Amino acid sequence: MKYIDVNQVSKRMNGRIAKNNILKSIFLAATVFGLIVLAILIYRVIVDSVGWIDWDFLTGRLSTAAERAGIMGAILGTLWMMLVVAPVTLILGIGTAIYLELYAKKGKLQSIIQTNISNLAGVPSIVYGILGLTIFVRAMDMGNIILAGGLTLSLLILPIVIVAAQEAIRAVPSFLSEASYGMGATKWQTIKNVILPAALPGILTGAILALSRAIGETAPLTVIGIPALIIPFPEGIFDKFTALPMQIYYWTLDSSLVAEYANLAAATIVVLLVLLFVLNSAAIFIRNKFQQRF
Amino acid sequence: MSLSIVKENTEMQLNVNNNVTTAQASNKLVFDTKDLNLWYGNTHALKDINLQINEKEVTAIIGPSGCGKSTYLKTLNRMVELVPTVRTTGEIMYKGKSILDKSFKVEDLRTHVGMVFQKPNPFPKSIYDNIAYGPRIHGIRNKKILDEIVEKSLRGAYIWDEVKDRLKENAYGLSGGQQQRLCIARTLAIEPDVILMDEPTSALDPKSTLKIEDLVQELKKDYSIIIVTHNMQQAARISDRTAFFLDGEVVEFDVTDTIFTNPADKRTEDYISGRFG
Repeated sequence: MKYIDVNQVSKRMNGRIAKNNILKSIFLAATVFGLIVLAILIYRVIVDSVGWIDWDFLTGRLSTAAERAGIMGAILGTLWMMLVVAPVTLILGIGTAIYLELYAKKGKLQSIIQTNISNLAGVPSIVYGILGLTIFVRAMDMGNIILAGGLTLSLLILPIVIVAAQEAIRAVPSFLSEASYGMGATKWQTIKNVILPAALPGILTGAILALSRAIGETAPLTVIGIPALIIPFPEGIFDKFTALPMQIYYWTLDSSLVAEYANLAAATIVVLLVLLFVLNSAAIFIRNKFQQRF
Repeated sequence: MSLSIVKENTEMQLNVNNNVTTAQASNKLVFDTKDLNLWYGNTHALKDINLQINEKEVTAIIGPSGCGKSTYLKTLNRMVELVPTVRTTGEIMYKGKSILDKSFKVEDLRTHVGMVFQKPNPFPKSIYDNIAYGPRIHGIRNKKILDEIVEKSLRGAYIWDEVKDRLKENAYGLSGGQQQRLCIARTLAIEPDVILMDEPTSALDPKSTLKIEDLVQELKKDYSIIIVTHNMQQAARISDRTAFFLDGEVVEFDVTDTIFTNPADKRTEDYISGRFG
């Protein structure tokens, strides 16, 4: 006697196929919804920015007069800040991940640390701003300089980078590290020559996403106290500064007073998106260069 | 390499080890295992193991899955320690030195005792870099010396002719059998005394298996080889001595011919005649 009744199966067949098709439509709708919103956003921004992005705008200094305002200062501020954020985050993040995954004894303490790192990834960015204000700006008396802003953003994205790097390290097949240990390599030699090269693409993917988030972050910077108008270009990490998202924020805020500020904000958004795109492409290019086949 | 010191110790050790259980007591010992017990957490995986393994012979370890044969092999180069919950008692003497002693550096041990794994596991690097990996981690930087080691090791594993024109290519372009011989060559490159092989042909086709078996016969002229295998015909074909493991114990250890033609223990007979396992 058979447990599966062929007649019953064919009777249910149409319902199963219909269900499959319905769900497919739902998933498609979810994707399309996001794409449409994004398209509208980009369309609006581009329409508003048309005619405002020119050489003078890109290379000029900030000004309260909309037609004379340029954003070179904000571009430089963002780039300088990334020059702080990227190395600090990568070194601390990968270092922590290596320690937790490869050196730390698995135990209660390690699992408490692990849980807390994951929780930190969910803390609102404004809280990091308050932390940065308390520690870097006030306690260490840096003032609202690029270094303070960069370190604050590093703290913000460190949990993301650590968790991503841990995942990437865990994904390295154990047979590779065993081969290395089996030849008498030390732990560090194995990490440097086998584990990190194999984990690097994954680590960089996480780092790219995290750095992209840092570039667009506004809330922590407002808490640190970035001036609304700053004329001189920053020349190093100890200078006061403004950043692209800050300019977008201030111009949007004041667009009720000066209507053209809305256009400046839109133009700055386009610049920020292009900058993000360029930096991401560079990072992806580097990652693909390191990609290993196995 | 720094083997001369160890060699001297061996001469001294020889006189002590006259209690070799099997024939040819005059053979030099490479490993002398005394009352070895091993636990994974609460699981008693190896029970009172006593085994004397001769130099420049092929010693096969057979037994059903979970009998502890791989665990024993990995104890010989202390790879078991990668499992955090592992605990051992007893002693393994390698040429007169107690290797389970924490003062014996695992890095040092694994330079003398190389290992070939069940699944071919080359690094995702070029063929050349795979072979040069071991010498490099031991501090050899000279390009000319590395070139020589690479050629010598690849020749030693009978794969030189197949790869000599593609040394810069990724090792994952090789077939499974070639990858395994590459891994053997990689082990030869650290100039070990002992090569541990953990079911080295279980992932390979019959033709590649035969090549590895031939290679083992060649290698035993210069190396002591300990091979764990599921394949009893393979043990019979290539080994000088065979140990039969069951439930973490050594049931029988003798000259391979004796084990396969006239085993002393009923359980050995049952296993080799295919009645279980």
